[in-house]
Amino acid sequence: MCGSKIKISEANYLKVKEICASFNNNPGELINVLHQTQGHFGYLPEEVQQVVAECLQIPVGRVYGVVSFYSFFTMKPKGKYAISVCLGTACYVKGGDKILDALKSELKINEGEVTPDGKFSIDVLRCVGACGLAPVMTINGKTYGRLVPEQVKDILAQY
Amino acid sequence: MAIKMHILVCGGTGCSASSSHEVIAELNKELEAHNLTDFAKVVVTGCFGFCERGPIVKIIPDNTFYTRVKPEDAKEIIEEHIIKGRKVNRLLYVAPDTNEHVSDSKHMEFYKKQVRIALRNCGFIDPENIEESIAREGYAALGKCLTEMTPAQVIEEIKKSGLRGRGGAGFPTGTKWEIASKSRVGEQKYVVCNADEGDPGAFMDRSLLEGDPHSILEAMAICGYCIGADHGLIYIRAEYPLAIHRLQVAIKQAEEYGLLGEDIMGTGFNFTIELRYGAGAFVCGEETALIHSMEGKRGEPTFKPPFPAQSGYLEKPTNVNNVETYANIPVIINKGADWFNKIGTEKSKGTKVFALAGKVNNVGLIEVPMGITLREIIYEIGGGIKGGKKFKAVQTGGPSGGCLTEKHLDTPIDYDSLVAAGSMMGSGGMIVMDEDNCMVDVAKFYLGFTVEESCGKCTPCRVGNKRLLEILTKITEGKGTMQDLEELKNLSNVIKDAALCGLGQTSPNPVLSTINNFWDEYVEHVTEKKCRAGQCKALKQYVINPDVCKGCTACARACPVGAISGTVKNPHVIDQSKCIKCGTCYEKCKFGAISIK
Amino acid sequence: MDTIKLTIDNREVEVPKGTTILKAAAQMGIDIPTLCNFELEGLALKNHPGGCRICVVEVVGRRNLAPACITECMPDMVVKTNSLRAINARKTVLELMLSDHPNDCLQCAKSGKCELQALAAKLGIREIPYKGEQSHYQVKVSPSIVRDIDKCIMCRRCESVCHEYQSVGAIGAVDRGFPAVVSTAFGKDLIDTNCVFCGQCIVVCPVGALTEVDNTSKVLRDIANPAVKTCVQVAPAVRVALGEEFGMPAGSIVTGKLTAALKQIGFDYVFDTDWSADLTIMEEGTELIGRLTSFLKGDKSVKLPMMTSCCPAWVNFYEKFYPELKENPSTAKSPQQMFGAIAKTYFADKIGVKREELVSVSVMPCVAKKFECERDEFKTNGNPDVDYSITTRELARLIKICNIDFTKLPEAEFDSPLGESTGAAVIFGATGGVMEAAVRTAYEVLTKQSLPKIDFTELRGLEGIREAKVNIPGVAELNLAIVYGLGNARKIMEQIKAGTCPYHFIEVMACPGGCIDGGGQPYHHGDAEIIKARHKAIYEADANMPIRKSHENPSIQAIYKDFLVEPCGEKSHHLLHTTYFDKKTKFDLEK
Repeated sequence: MCGSKIKISEANYLKVKEICASFNNNPGELINVLHQTQGHFGYLPEEVQQVVAECLQIPVGRVYGVVSFYSFFTMKPKGKYAISVCLGTACYVKGGDKILDALKSELKINEGEVTPDGKFSIDVLRCVGACGLAPVMTINGKTYGRLVPEQVKDILAQY
Repeated sequence: MAIKMHILVCGGTGCSASSSHEVIAELNKELEAHNLTDFAKVVVTGCFGFCERGPIVKIIPDNTFYTRVKPEDAKEIIEEHIIKGRKVNRLLYVAPDTNEHVSDSKHMEFYKKQVRIALRNCGFIDPENIEESIAREGYAALGKCLTEMTPAQVIEEIKKSGLRGRGGAGFPTGTKWEIASKSRVGEQKYVVCNADEGDPGAFMDRSLLEGDPHSILEAMAICGYCIGADHGLIYIRAEYPLAIHRLQVAIKQAEEYGLLGEDIMGTGFNFTIELRYGAGAFVCGEETALIHSMEGKRGEPTFKPPFPAQSGYLEKPTNVNNVETYANIPVIINKGADWFNKIGTEKSKGTKVFALAGKVNNVGLIEVPMGITLREIIYEIGGGIKGGKKFKAVQTGGPSGGCLTEKHLDTPIDYDSLVAAGSMMGSGGMIVMDEDNCMVDVAKFYLGFTVEESCGKCTPCRVGNKRLLEILTKITEGKGTMQDLEELKNLSNVIKDAALCGLGQTSPNPVLSTINNFWDEYVEHVTEKKCRAGQCKALKQYVINPDVCKGCTACARACPVGAISGTVKNPHVIDQSKCIKCGTCYEKCKFGAISIK
Repeated sequence: MDTIKLTIDNREVEVPKGTTILKAAAQMGIDIPTLCNFELEGLALKNHPGGCRICVVEVVGRRNLAPACITECMPDMVVKTNSLRAINARKTVLELMLSDHPNDCLQCAKSGKCELQALAAKLGIREIPYKGEQSHYQVKVSPSIVRDIDKCIMCRRCESVCHEYQSVGAIGAVDRGFPAVVSTAFGKDLIDTNCVFCGQCIVVCPVGALTEVDNTSKVLRDIANPAVKTCVQVAPAVRVALGEEFGMPAGSIVTGKLTAALKQIGFDYVFDTDWSADLTIMEEGTELIGRLTSFLKGDKSVKLPMMTSCCPAWVNFYEKFYPELKENPSTAKSPQQMFGAIAKTYFADKIGVKREELVSVSVMPCVAKKFECERDEFKTNGNPDVDYSITTRELARLIKICNIDFTKLPEAEFDSPLGESTGAAVIFGATGGVMEAAVRTAYEVLTKQSLPKIDFTELRGLEGIREAKVNIPGVAELNLAIVYGLGNARKIMEQIKAGTCPYHFIEVMACPGGCIDGGGQPYHHGDAEIIKARHKAIYEADANMPIRKSHENPSIQAIYKDFLVEPCGEKSHHLLHTTYFDKKTKFDLEK
């Protein structure tokens, strides 16, 4: 009889430990730790959260409670090119939802999903603060503004 | 040769997204090619506020304001304007009302009515160069406080200025500092800057931090001096990479110049600042939730008291203000409370930054004196409604605010008048809507946001807002009843009355204010199953005009649900009970015989 | 003390500064309903998130309604708890809660004991105007605890207990907004988490979201099976709490009726866990004496402090969180498992049946005992020493199912030979009891003298961590600690790890006040007086016993003579002692 065994590659395990150590394994830094960890892995799979819990000496439930609370954190890998469509008020009143629809029909996936080849993922976010350019979407952080649905196809073709 | 001309190019998020960096590179290349680097200098600044027309290039000293500049325009700007002194007319801003080119920013309606206090440095300095900040009085206020004033005197000055918190309900800043200064004297305390701008459709804080990070650092240090704190934390959205970068640069430079860190300016006062990142939770704009988030916890608000001033970050006395509030502090110290409190209305002093967006001609970041009217903002600064459409409403205060209408256009705006009108100042989102916006849909949009962002801790917000959204959805789908409208009112009032935190308590405002101001529209949705703005898809009716229909059958063949019947060369009819309002027939009709009702 | 005068529902009241509106109102006889608010006064267990908003009241002059549970009284405050505005808000909040609740009261395990149900009755809810999406989760069954999260109302009491009180952190809030709910990390089954199955989450859950695994139908099935014999053991704490389920006052000692009821249900043999508690003292006491003697002789390899091991949640706790210290607790099995081991060997032989033909059932104040029964090391060829365990609450249910009018039952006696016990055994049910029982025996064994005074009152009490010194003349002065609540136990474990723990022997119980408030006991709904009454009754039951020291139990003396030979001897080792496992979460690193 023994406890749970969590499978993880040694390299990933050491990476998470290194990130936690860089924050002195301080549980108060959990959110910063998760930011860095997600920055490295692209997402926060279960085994990674388990290592974070071990390093910071907190229940893994607390880590998961935080990961599932904040919309920035994700447990699903994103596409190589992560598309975020802004549906903040300024973008919404200027037709941000139509940009989203165009993306969905072009890529044949829904928001929160990744294309089968792993190339693109679509997410919705609330305001990138570029309201002057509404409607806006970002692809891997690059902002595309003043969009009309017809542009979507051409923009995707650049990737 | 000394530098005679400055070419200011916006490097904020908005203009960067419009390729301002390519413009900057080209301008520099042209300056070098013409051996003008000693005569004119390109300065990468923060936001000018006029994001919609970006990238913006402004020439100093003549204030020429070029909009939508492309990299290939650089050559012409250098050769014509810098060398020959002739403005490039085609790049000048065109006033929407007169259709004439405006020679410089001083003559632009967009800027005429603005008073820039918080935004004083945005668009004037290179935010990554502390010397430019210092040249415009940066850290002078901190020096004055540390060497000439006691903490109590500084607090007194802030109180006298009448400055109120710019992030939400407008609590007097001086009083807040005073409480924190008197709380648990001698213990570790903290100064927190709330830069978790979560209001969808607002970007004041981002622009401020990108354009003038030093003013925020300076103000936090002043606050630390006043309340007895030696450490500050800036809680900033992780989605603001440029602002984060500029803050990091600014903190480092300030430390190098001895303006932050140990023994600041040799006065023995220590103050350090670190960054904490938000992770996408609107509720973290609420100060207790923000503090929990900074402690690495779920961002759930807790009941006040205790207030952060009594027990905040790590259970120590903490002062939390938002970015814009801090941005006002150095000016108040430098120019004096009496200068500041002459601006604005009786109970709301100074200015307010708004992110003006939506259906206006001039979208952007504006700073206006309190007491200005909505009409001035929308029709003068904003240049009127886009496409000459009819104004319908303006939403202020984001998901916590409400919609104001035609009848409020001439009300002087301040904290109290907005609340009286059923909205609130909030952080400064201002979304203008025209006749094409359905007010039930707008309420639904905000509720959708609130439901997604509710922390889930208290029942009224967790379940109540969900039910509100469901009722609104029902109404927009044409399934609402008058009983639903009654439930909507009762539920909204209970949520307002019984929710745990400020965000929950204000979450029904978009519903209540649209019910109050646009009751007819709600009733129309329910009784006539009609959406006058044509926004609510389920209420749309596609109708074939028999006089125009040629009976080509294209629509009937395209209809995915077989809702259209008719024989060849005879007018067709849409069976409304079968129609799923997909709009395919509308697109297929070559004769314009199908209209939407 | 500073006091404050205020008006509540048109009546003036004066209360100490810092009093909440809820408490001020209560002292005037105004019963403001609450849901998330929970406090076991004096036992350091509390939950005051102010989240359910059921207790909102109107405070004149305030913009919003105030939650009475966490709003402090202020001078000259005017409070209206029953204004239309407050009542409407309270009802609406409750209706909202019910709009995301299955409302399947008829088949809910909590029916009749549910605080939400009671509240709906109190507020006269007749319809739920809000229809809409409801949360749906899978019902999760672990060896001890059933989680039906659809019923969760997010009061967070269980989270407070699990994280703050027990320092386990197996369940807590996940997600946000409407989907926010209390669950495990990644929605895992409890068995795959650090849950120790103390069941305190069940005790505090106001609704049916957390309940025990119900084994009552297994009991009925096995009693009806002519191919097997059934025997049952009853833990000490059950007899001071069961009466509450039948409307008797808290602290009623119902040993005789309980025995009668078990016989009427149809168990072939009705025995007493107190008997094996005496056996535990013999084994554990002997082990303690052994370790102490070696230590006093200078053997530094001896693991001290020794700790008790009868609480199964505590065992789970150190296996999962402190495996590096797993040599410190006594190797003695818990009384439940000692009983099972003897029942399936000595007793089965005695009545001439194979172990498979004897079903051994336990009635426990505990849900962790259910998990303990299932441990592999407590099975022989797959057949468990204790087949299954039922809680005090399940026994009450069985009694009702079997048409027994409990209050009118004549009293009966436990069967022999596993039914005789002493006062030392009955106090196992309260915090400090195991310690006191062990000290009574160790004192007399070590000094070979009779105790001048049987009652060690210095070991009694309801504080979470207590320490005492007991002088054993001619041997040593023992440094003792008594701890309940795993958060307190964690503090002690950290002391041991740091090498700063000054004690020789430590008693640990997971639940507040010990087994009397175990995870399987009748619901007390936050009334600490109930626990205090049970506590008092335990010591009363001890005082009433003719024999009060385990080593004087004639039946125990007999079994050593007939079967076990000597405490901690070879046979005991085999039957009555166990080993512990490292159950910490580990990482399987792939190259």
